[in-house]
Amino acid sequence: MKNIKFMHSKIILFSVFLVAITVSCEREISDEVEFATFSKTGEIFTETPIGLGSNFYFPFQGSKATAWTVDEKEGYESQASMRFDVPNASDPEGNYAGAIFRVDGAGRNLTEFDALTFWAKASRGVAIGEMGFGIDFTENKYQVTKSDISLTTNWVKYIISIPDASKLFDERGMFWYSAGTQNTGGFGYTFWIDDLKFEKLGTIAQPKPAIFNGADIVQQSFIGIDLIIEGTQTFNLASGINQTVVAAPSYFTFSSTDVDVARVSEVGIISIVGAGTATITATLDGVKAAGSLTIESSGNFINAPIPTRNPSDVISIFSDTYTNVPVDFFNGYWEPFQTTQSADFVAEGNNILNYTDFNFVGNQFSNPTVDATQKSNIHIDMYIPGEVPSNMDFLITLVDFGADKAQGGGDDTRQQVFFNKALWVPNTWITLEFSITMSTRNSIGQIIYENINFSSLRSFYLDNIYFYSE
Amino acid sequence: MKTKIFVQNILKYKTRYVISSVLSLVLLGLFTAFTSCSTDDTQTVAEFTELVLADEFSTDGMPNSAIWDYEIGTGENGWGNNELQYYTDRTENITAQNGLLIITAKKESFEGSSYTSARIVTKGEQAYGRYEARIRLPYGKGLWPAFWLLGADCGPAVIWPECGEIDIMEYRGQEPTTIHGSVHGNGFSGGNAITKSYSLLNDRFDTGFHVFGIEWAPEYINYYVDDVLYNQITPADVPGEWVFNHPFKIIINLAVGGSFVGSPDSETVFPQTMLIDYVRVYKNNNNRLNK
Repeated sequence: MKNIKFMHSKIILFSVFLVAITVSCEREISDEVEFATFSKTGEIFTETPIGLGSNFYFPFQGSKATAWTVDEKEGYESQASMRFDVPNASDPEGNYAGAIFRVDGAGRNLTEFDALTFWAKASRGVAIGEMGFGIDFTENKYQVTKSDISLTTNWVKYIISIPDASKLFDERGMFWYSAGTQNTGGFGYTFWIDDLKFEKLGTIAQPKPAIFNGADIVQQSFIGIDLIIEGTQTFNLASGINQTVVAAPSYFTFSSTDVDVARVSEVGIISIVGAGTATITATLDGVKAAGSLTIESSGNFINAPIPTRNPSDVISIFSDTYTNVPVDFFNGYWEPFQTTQSADFVAEGNNILNYTDFNFVGNQFSNPTVDATQKSNIHIDMYIPGEVPSNMDFLITLVDFGADKAQGGGDDTRQQVFFNKALWVPNTWITLEFSITMSTRNSIGQIIYENINFSSLRSFYLDNIYFYSE
Repeated sequence: MKTKIFVQNILKYKTRYVISSVLSLVLLGLFTAFTSCSTDDTQTVAEFTELVLADEFSTDGMPNSAIWDYEIGTGENGWGNNELQYYTDRTENITAQNGLLIITAKKESFEGSSYTSARIVTKGEQAYGRYEARIRLPYGKGLWPAFWLLGADCGPAVIWPECGEIDIMEYRGQEPTTIHGSVHGNGFSGGNAITKSYSLLNDRFDTGFHVFGIEWAPEYINYYVDDVLYNQITPADVPGEWVFNHPFKIIINLAVGGSFVGSPDSETVFPQTMLIDYVRVYKNNNNRLNK
């Protein structure tokens, strides 16, 4: 043993010697070289925009471009602030306000800060949809999103914590916001922001990062499917409040227990590359994130048969073969009883609806509704991964919205179709087709899928949902 | 044993705080003027330098039984405060490791309680002197660590608060930047204790170690955190008998729940630890009344 140790130290000594030689051979950097240094300024707006350059305000698509101004009559203990006029939902120039503030020029070094802070008030009590930083309209690599910032009619200081400041050594996305009228009955309002800056508070502590909302998820999947990871960072603030922000995947370091089954890119996309089982976990700034995703890949995925009906005979709700009609949603997340989540995916370019934690779920297409008078059959391809539950009992309901072409109003009619579990074979596409027999079918607005009689079906895929004529 | 019952009642003392702050400022100025007695670079707030007891927790395992006793169980009515924990002497709840005493509050069913933790009290007692500990505190709603002194004569004969209580540091896990220093006696106990709070700016008590101390002489008790003397309480400040004239024992504990903090909630993370780097006691060595 002693000899072996001795040998080791010799090897180490020799290695050190080698390194020393190698290092000494390196050329020194010439005096003329200047390393790029990024501004460490934290201020974004005090009395005026600070160091943003001239072209820094970029509205989101569909937002009212003129929503932001500098208000020289209002300010937090000052004479000026940023004013945001959120338009009415009916405003033809844009039905919400939203934009990014991006440094016009080189990015800033924000590594010495721990939070974005600002003072804000609004013309009425209102929760602003989203605010954050890290959107630069290029990669948005270090985007941070804080939802539902509750503003009052008095100036209050707000804090949005930085998930891991060491990543932000060259950041142009100083601030972004998105404010609508969902919570104000469609009526606009004004809010003001002042003293917007990155700060070192020193009180942002006790990080508790998470992926998949901290849940340990097991999911069936297939080669060629990409899944996206969502992560959050939670800090305890000086107020004692635990604040959670959505942190872009690039803040995390991901690992896979089997890279021959699944691997994760820097931007948080899981690619399934083989058959088998792999568990994806993450860390953020050295802290293990709660939550994981275990992928059970059964190899290659076989897509549903490509529909062959003549497009002129079809009104398509969801298909890559036909042009689909406008759809309000494929999952209405109906409160309070619905548990069904969506984990839709793309397999070899083909979009698939994937419902998990299923109890019931609806597709809605009310704008406009579907006139199925001439297309009185419906086609749905359905796939149950894993096993078909022995107690499976499945109901599909079509809802016609009636003369008002809107849900409710006392004129809605329904057709219910019950399916026997004997129809299904696990891990295989099954085609459900039936004719629409309800008397009014010129304003169909919903298809609802439902477990009945305590059926324990939890997960299935759908594709090729369309109305057709023979 | 009945110890302390808190009801938050801070507004009442606003005026007193203002006076105390002014006093503190003056004192701070005075102390800064003669800093020769400080034991280290940052400590410019204390004068007593004759060390009479120190536990640096440098031996791994159970705390030194020559210095400390455990207090086990739930006391009477949750140690008089509706506290939720059961105190044990198990290593899961109290152990010294790497030079630190670790008191751990756990969420577990134990002897009819939902939480466990630990509480230790000195075997010895002393009147006056300087009492100091370097501690990193836990965080989260419902955590209530304390470093405090209780009259050694507390018991059936001399009932609390007659026996006196000096809280060097109390802290609410839901207020991670603030600690409280108090005295309790007849006429000023529980929610009517003489208290002053001290808050850190741009820092918090659960992310690093801080020194909590008092310097106690016959005519005053000075409170400090790190190098900041933030309060002085004198007989003139208490609306009752000045009971701080006899030997006291030191208690260190980490309570869960109770009147002072409320119960933990779903966001409180367990286990939580209170790390104590050292406890040091100095004699009052510049006062003739003290032997």
